[in-house]
Amino acid sequence: MKKINEIQTEIVEEFSFFEDWLQRYEYLIELGKSLPKINSKFMTDDYLINGCQSQVWLHAEFKKDKVIFTAESDAIISKGIIAILIRAFSNQTPIEIINAKTEFIDQIGLRENLSPSRSNGMFSMIKQIKMYALIFKTQLT
Amino acid sequence: MLDVKRIRKDFPILNRLVNGKKLIYFDNAATSQTPKQVIDAISQYYFNNNSNVHRGVHFLSEEATSAFELSRNKIQEHFKISKSCQVIFTSGTTHSINIVASGYAQKLKKGDEIIVSELEHHSNIVPWQMLCERVGTKLRVIRMNSQGNLDIKSFEKILSKKTKLVFVNHVSNSLGTINPIEEIIFKAHKYGAKVIIDGAQAVPHFNPNLQKLDVDYYAFSAHKLCGPTGVGVLYGKEELLKDLPPYHGGGEMISNVTFEKTTYAEIPYKFEAGTPNISGVIGFGAALDYLNNIGFNNIISYEEELLKYATEKLNLINGLKIFGESINKTSVISFNVDEIHPYDIGLILDKMGIAVRTGKHCTQPIMDFYNIPGTVRASFAFYNTFEEIDKLVFAINKAINILK
Repeated sequence: MKKINEIQTEIVEEFSFFEDWLQRYEYLIELGKSLPKINSKFMTDDYLINGCQSQVWLHAEFKKDKVIFTAESDAIISKGIIAILIRAFSNQTPIEIINAKTEFIDQIGLRENLSPSRSNGMFSMIKQIKMYALIFKTQLT
Repeated sequence: MLDVKRIRKDFPILNRLVNGKKLIYFDNAATSQTPKQVIDAISQYYFNNNSNVHRGVHFLSEEATSAFELSRNKIQEHFKISKSCQVIFTSGTTHSINIVASGYAQKLKKGDEIIVSELEHHSNIVPWQMLCERVGTKLRVIRMNSQGNLDIKSFEKILSKKTKLVFVNHVSNSLGTINPIEEIIFKAHKYGAKVIIDGAQAVPHFNPNLQKLDVDYYAFSAHKLCGPTGVGVLYGKEELLKDLPPYHGGGEMISNVTFEKTTYAEIPYKFEAGTPNISGVIGFGAALDYLNNIGFNNIISYEEELLKYATEKLNLINGLKIFGESINKTSVISFNVDEIHPYDIGLILDKMGIAVRTGKHCTQPIMDFYNIPGTVRASFAFYNTFEEIDKLVFAINKAINILK
């Protein structure tokens, strides 16, 4: 199993092939299509991530020491972003998720999604992912 | 006729590059851009006059006070207000509304009713809901129709002797609808209800005659009409303002203070506790000068042309639907394209240097009415051009290609 930082490097390398924002966004939308889909029964307000302009539902379950994330969004760019995050953080142990760095976001040229504004979606998504990991970690001890 | 090319030279920010493209600013309903003349007035104040107002006998304080009060007079004149003491400086429309709401919290009682419209901004719903929770008054709603107009019949139905306050925005921020406030004021007054109007989205586009409107309270912000942020006005009828309890306590709002009892100052100072936003108020005066120099009649007719042109062009885009199709509307277009999320379109437009607003625009009830997650809102000002609208159309088509 690949480590979080290895996956992140992989994602950064993939995005480095593209020369302009248009290609990056097209690839992001492409990645959104491969998003591991949430079971529709979890698409309720309880699983909505606060702080996004679009609706993003995130679900996590704990299987064999690993946290497995699934998600869905009504906006396709948000779907791409959560897909990248799930690829980086899903199927890892809670402690690895909690300790993982997130600088790779800066390196893939999607920084505007991380702006500290109210519409800031990516920051809320990362926070929610780490929150789930923290909950599973406390359940372990 | 407007010389838009010359006007644009007054707005340095319009030359900015955004994501490598020349900025196209279509988020004027959120905040308008600031002309050099206003920026200069603010910096001149800090260069030459900076001093606290109404307090010092010294030269600078006198000068600052004169400039501050001159702005009050400019606002009085612009909105045809009978006395300058009816112009209360606030930090903005939301602050103005909260002054009235908190005053009425002491005047209303259980069983009284407040009417708001379905077209309101959250800032026009929440203060009244808070008041209702505190006092036990009931909040009732004027419904809207699919064109984005208020249903006046639904207003007549809920209007009664229990109605104490009616609250409506002059212009809807998300749809641009100009509401028939003359009719609403007239009908509400027949039942003895007071009317407060949020003029934030109206005052950039036309200049209402507040006396003639016979409105009881009217609120607006400077930053929507080329002024600085953090300054607004609450207008009210003189006897009503005198009767309204002060909102917050502090210096400048009192006439006599002992530990036994404090007597409040006269209006407007009763509501202006603490050091006001002096440079902002002076900047607001400069903004009104600037706009009046261009002429509101010129602004109105040019913005109408922009709206007509943009509506025609946008309607040609396959799958694009405009929300808010009142025949009386300001230069605001809210739209969606098929099932594409407004946030996705907004992000792509931003990449092409075009600033629009996306989302619910703080008007969730309107979005619920149409059963949509939000809209893309392009709002035009007198410094925008027809070429910029062409570029918007091009960019939307490009976004559709990427997102579909």
